Amino acid sequence: MITVGIDVGSITTKAVLMNGSAWQSTLRPTGYSPRQAGREVLDELLDKAGLAQADIDYIIATGYGRITLDFADKAMTEITCHARGAHHLAPGADLVIDIGGQDSKVIFTDGYGNVTDFSMNDKCAAGTGRFLQVMAAAMGVDVSELAELARGMEPVQISSMCTVFAESEVISLLAEGVERGRIIAGIHRSVANRVVAMAERIGKGELIAFTGGVAKNEGVKEYLAKALGREIVVSPESQLAGAFGAAIIAREKLLKAR
Amino acid sequence: MRPESMNIFDDLRGQNMVVLENAKQSGRKVVGMYCAYCPQELVLAAGAIPVSLCGTKDEPIADAEKVLPRNICPLIKSSFGFAITGKCPYFYFSDFVIGETTCDGKKKMFELLGQHKPMHVMHLPQGADRPGALPWWKEELSLLKERLEETLGVTISDDSLREAIKLSNSEQLAIKELHDLNKFDPAPLSGLDLLTATFMKGFNVNKLEGIALVNKLIGEVKEVIEQGGSPFQPDTPRILLTGCPVGIGSEKLIRLLEENGGSVVCFESCSGYKTLDMLVDEDERRDPLEAIAERSLKIPCSCMTPNEGRLDLLGRMIGEYRVDGVVDLTWQACHTYNVEAELVRGYVKDNFDIPCLHLETDYSSSDLQQLKTRVTAFIELLDKRWT
Repeated sequence: MITVGIDVGSITTKAVLMNGSAWQSTLRPTGYSPRQAGREVLDELLDKAGLAQADIDYIIATGYGRITLDFADKAMTEITCHARGAHHLAPGADLVIDIGGQDSKVIFTDGYGNVTDFSMNDKCAAGTGRFLQVMAAAMGVDVSELAELARGMEPVQISSMCTVFAESEVISLLAEGVERGRIIAGIHRSVANRVVAMAERIGKGELIAFTGGVAKNEGVKEYLAKALGREIVVSPESQLAGAFGAAIIAREKLLKAR
Repeated sequence: MRPESMNIFDDLRGQNMVVLENAKQSGRKVVGMYCAYCPQELVLAAGAIPVSLCGTKDEPIADAEKVLPRNICPLIKSSFGFAITGKCPYFYFSDFVIGETTCDGKKKMFELLGQHKPMHVMHLPQGADRPGALPWWKEELSLLKERLEETLGVTISDDSLREAIKLSNSEQLAIKELHDLNKFDPAPLSGLDLLTATFMKGFNVNKLEGIALVNKLIGEVKEVIEQGGSPFQPDTPRILLTGCPVGIGSEKLIRLLEENGGSVVCFESCSGYKTLDMLVDEDERRDPLEAIAERSLKIPCSCMTPNEGRLDLLGRMIGEYRVDGVVDLTWQACHTYNVEAELVRGYVKDNFDIPCLHLETDYSSSDLQQLKTRVTAFIELLDKRWT
């Protein structure tokens, strides 16, 4: 049984192909056309696996571009898919923190990958991957360098959560001569605190999985762990959690239909 | 299959405008109101036509923002925008407008609105649990009665009040009966149709005709039930919508819920069940004003503190409508409902162990995609057919 999960995020499109317990993945920037990005990751996967589209038994699309993929058998929300994917990557996780390009979410699960409750950020980019991108650009660095530059730095207070206002705040801090690493540490802390506030409204998880692109940022992860007072699991495949979840749910659906 | 009468309800708002205009020309007076606390019985007893004023569409908000601050609730901005632009015919035809102090934004907005129409603002108590609340509210009703008599040049007798109470009660009973039919599973009426039919109450010029129309619809819905029909598949998740009032034009959340696999079976809001659930005492030996005051003080609105009645009503509705989940809607900057959301969430979780989703939005379409993700995820969580 071969299934595919495609997670069309606002910045990155991810796909996972599952064939029994074996899996393959691919990812690429979403760019301006979510539909094309979805098509391309599928073709790439088929290429890698030496398969034709007809060999795929079920495709589930998720992420903000999920509805544009007309070749998918079903679209499901990233909330449901991330919960299931996180369970696969960090078995037993009952709190999933997913920070993506334009959304941040906290998802509580029953410990088996089923959503019990969730919360999502407002419609603005505060505390998301996009927020980090804008701040990185304001400081003239790449988003992937942020964690390294902030390592061991005492965070400066960043008060504004609005992306545009925070950018002005960062620029003012730079103008005052505040060290860049301290500003970045402050940004990491403010992103983490925002998500923590969202999580603590709903409950307390025992085992926390951190997924989405921002999970790659060690700085944010550290402040999250500190504020929540618990260890946080970040799997090497955490960015693929949504795509994994989609492929797994597709598999479960087929198994159930048998 | 959709009940045939729904087509009439769809067009009613426009048609009633003509009826209203004719009534005006023949000398009838029109009184505009915004809120469930406003006693339509007094208006009816004065021989005038009570109408609900427009305030549930996004369209006039830009005009309102030229005067009002942007960060207040869309309901206030829409109401004000409709009134000052002349785009609400019901406001235009009103000889008198009744406001009430259900929130700080509204009561200050009414001061500005008073520059456009003769208006009276009723002062509500902050809660119903103090011994002085009922006498206070009764006093407010007699003050309104005086103002109505003076402005409209009429006398409101106790007998005419008692008659109006009976008329209002029968209207309410009819709409409640319609709501109650959605206790069937799957629901015979979509949430959108239920809202459309209920919303009619506010602009129906001839009460008796309106009641007859609701009764006709009830008959058709009963047939739908008998034939096992429904706009929904069996096992569609049943959702209770609570929180701020929803009207035609601000129904985007109901649409999203129903387009993405849910069935909104009932509304615990002041545009829905919250005000249908209690009648004014018809006992002829009672002071009719006191009976009206007593009833409206029982409305479990979040402007009251404490507001435990809302939780009791929610609990009853969750059970009676056998809902799978609760969606709690807050219009942006409606502080009382927004803060109360925490109590609702805890109550639903602790007592019923069903999911509850709180959403804050406005009338615009700017957040439709984000709302869709939340709503769809919520339905995926409720939908037993999938997991």
